[in-house]
Amino acid sequence: MPKTLFEKIWNEHLVAQEEGFPNVLFIDAHFIHEVTTPQAFDGLKQRGISVHSPHRTWATADHNVPTIDQHLPIKDLLSRKQVELLEKNCEDFGIELFGLGHPWQGIVHVIGPELGVTKPGMTIVCGDSHTSTHGAFGSIAFGIGTSEVEQVLASQTILQQKPKTMKIEINGKLQKGVTAKDLILYIISKISSHGGTGYFVEFAGEAIRNLSMEGRMTVCNMSIEMGARGGMIAPDETTYQYMKGREFMPKGNEWHKAVAYWKTLPTDEGAEYDRVELFDATVIEPMITYGTNPGMGVSINESIPRASDYKSDSDKNQLIKSLNYMGLKDGQKMIGQKVDYVFFGSCTNSRIEDFREAAKILKGRTKAKNITAILVPGSTQVLKQARKEGLDRVFEEAGFDLRSAGCSACLGFNEDKIPRGKYCVSTSNRNFEGRQGPGAKTMLVSPLTAAATAITGVVTDPREFI
Amino acid sequence: MKKITIISSTAVPLPIENIDTDQITPARFLKGTTKEGFGEILFHDWRFDHEGKPMKDFILNDPKYKGKILVAGKNFGCGSSREHAAWSLKDYGFQVVVSSFFADIFKSNALNNFLLPVTVSELFLQDLFYAIEEKSDVKIEIDLPNQHIRVPSHRMMEAFEISTYKKMCLMEGFDDIGYLLSMQKKTKTFELKRTNDYSLTGRL
Repeated sequence: MPKTLFEKIWNEHLVAQEEGFPNVLFIDAHFIHEVTTPQAFDGLKQRGISVHSPHRTWATADHNVPTIDQHLPIKDLLSRKQVELLEKNCEDFGIELFGLGHPWQGIVHVIGPELGVTKPGMTIVCGDSHTSTHGAFGSIAFGIGTSEVEQVLASQTILQQKPKTMKIEINGKLQKGVTAKDLILYIISKISSHGGTGYFVEFAGEAIRNLSMEGRMTVCNMSIEMGARGGMIAPDETTYQYMKGREFMPKGNEWHKAVAYWKTLPTDEGAEYDRVELFDATVIEPMITYGTNPGMGVSINESIPRASDYKSDSDKNQLIKSLNYMGLKDGQKMIGQKVDYVFFGSCTNSRIEDFREAAKILKGRTKAKNITAILVPGSTQVLKQARKEGLDRVFEEAGFDLRSAGCSACLGFNEDKIPRGKYCVSTSNRNFEGRQGPGAKTMLVSPLTAAATAITGVVTDPREFI
Repeated sequence: MKKITIISSTAVPLPIENIDTDQITPARFLKGTTKEGFGEILFHDWRFDHEGKPMKDFILNDPKYKGKILVAGKNFGCGSSREHAAWSLKDYGFQVVVSSFFADIFKSNALNNFLLPVTVSELFLQDLFYAIEEKSDVKIEIDLPNQHIRVPSHRMMEAFEISTYKKMCLMEGFDDIGYLLSMQKKTKTFELKRTNDYSLTGRL
């Protein structure tokens, strides 16, 4: 029987399937960070058990880490305690840590693919909802809670109900100046922030095949923002080209063997999905969000919907509540909206390609006076590469503040917060109330739109600069 | 964990949709290293103003509404996977969350913490909000063994779904680790028979 990419990997990892119980799924790689693991390690200690597979556990510190003076002790005592506790737990349980000061440190979803840990056909989990990022390589990757982190540490398996499958096919080519970020924001605006709940999504079609690995990661990263359990893309030549030669990739003959296996993974002709959604890439324009969930987005030249456009009271109320928080009016144009901060970063858009694209627009230009622009690379390696390519000078000359790697103002866990009431155009993934700091007003965009907006000081269509 | 069978209580209504886990537990309060104390920061930025004073118009600050049951709008618990959201609802004193729709990760986090997510129809949810609005101390009964939710005073009743396995866990006080550890022999066999595993290259 023809099978989907998802079914092939799921079946390959089934340890047990007992009547009346969810599936027991083997986990190939478990990424851990400092925020969602302390209570899990505590649980192991209380039960007196060890970590089942320390070598399948990959650790880094990202949420709490400062992005300035990273070599100094963390000032915030609670943050420092959490990072130190991760160090201690890793030491106690024999887990290698790519922590602060390590050349491989960075956002967990940036370093996994960068180091070649993430590969097709794997099952990958992490106590972080954006684990779906790793699905870009053709793996089953999803976010879990701390109780589940404890389960995986204890047994290298997880109990899961098999989710339904959905194919999202995007045909046609993206227009110039329209990026993977715009594509996924467009899809979420159509499917809604909960329309994918209960499903594991496979993205397919010409527009997806044409994306770079960085672009594919951006798309899969945000599949959780439509409620989906995860997103994935079948591996192809683009995937293999990106992966080859990376630190934890097979080499020589092993590489060829691996590629031969990975080539068996894509969905078979005639395989069925529980749901299929089709989109036309050619109509997508640069996107921006106006509300307080990622589904509330419009094309950059469109106006915010009017409350009277909605039939249901609940949709109307959601719009009014969101716009009230955002200080925006229904029916208002987004173009020209004043902005105070531009944030480049997060596991969605902080890879070297994102920085290269932004640098193309920023080269020889400077940010507007009213803008504070912060640029936070996804990993220490991205920062190193940016310096090597001279991008750091482009950013500095444009008036951007280039920082060290971490999650930073995506969620304001460390001291990088957007002040109350300020508007931030951000390349991150969530525009929830207070996400970037209490009272911060977030508008999600692509790196290109962020760069264009930084230059003019107001929301700007990046195509003006291309 | 305390076993769940029948819970009968008044409820707190929160008729807002898409309540994300950043609202339930804002990120900056996730620096704790135990599961305790998160009740204090539940809905922090809706509950307190920026000087830390209680916001009068937020439902948790209205003494009229209290109880072990939170009734919330659809797509409750979307966003981040933080289990702190479940810990904080539990620590505050909630044992049940009723909504017409739950985000996947929140739902499993809740179940793993013996916080019962009860999914009802949109219509029943609206009726529930009306019933609480009409009479703030209306009693709501959640019967896990029989899988139904009732409002006796309003003759309202609806059945709810829960996986047989999770129901057994909640009623018997079991957690998943016990089951997974009992499967270790099978896991071992699985690992030994495994082919096409490239996930450990360069690691051993």
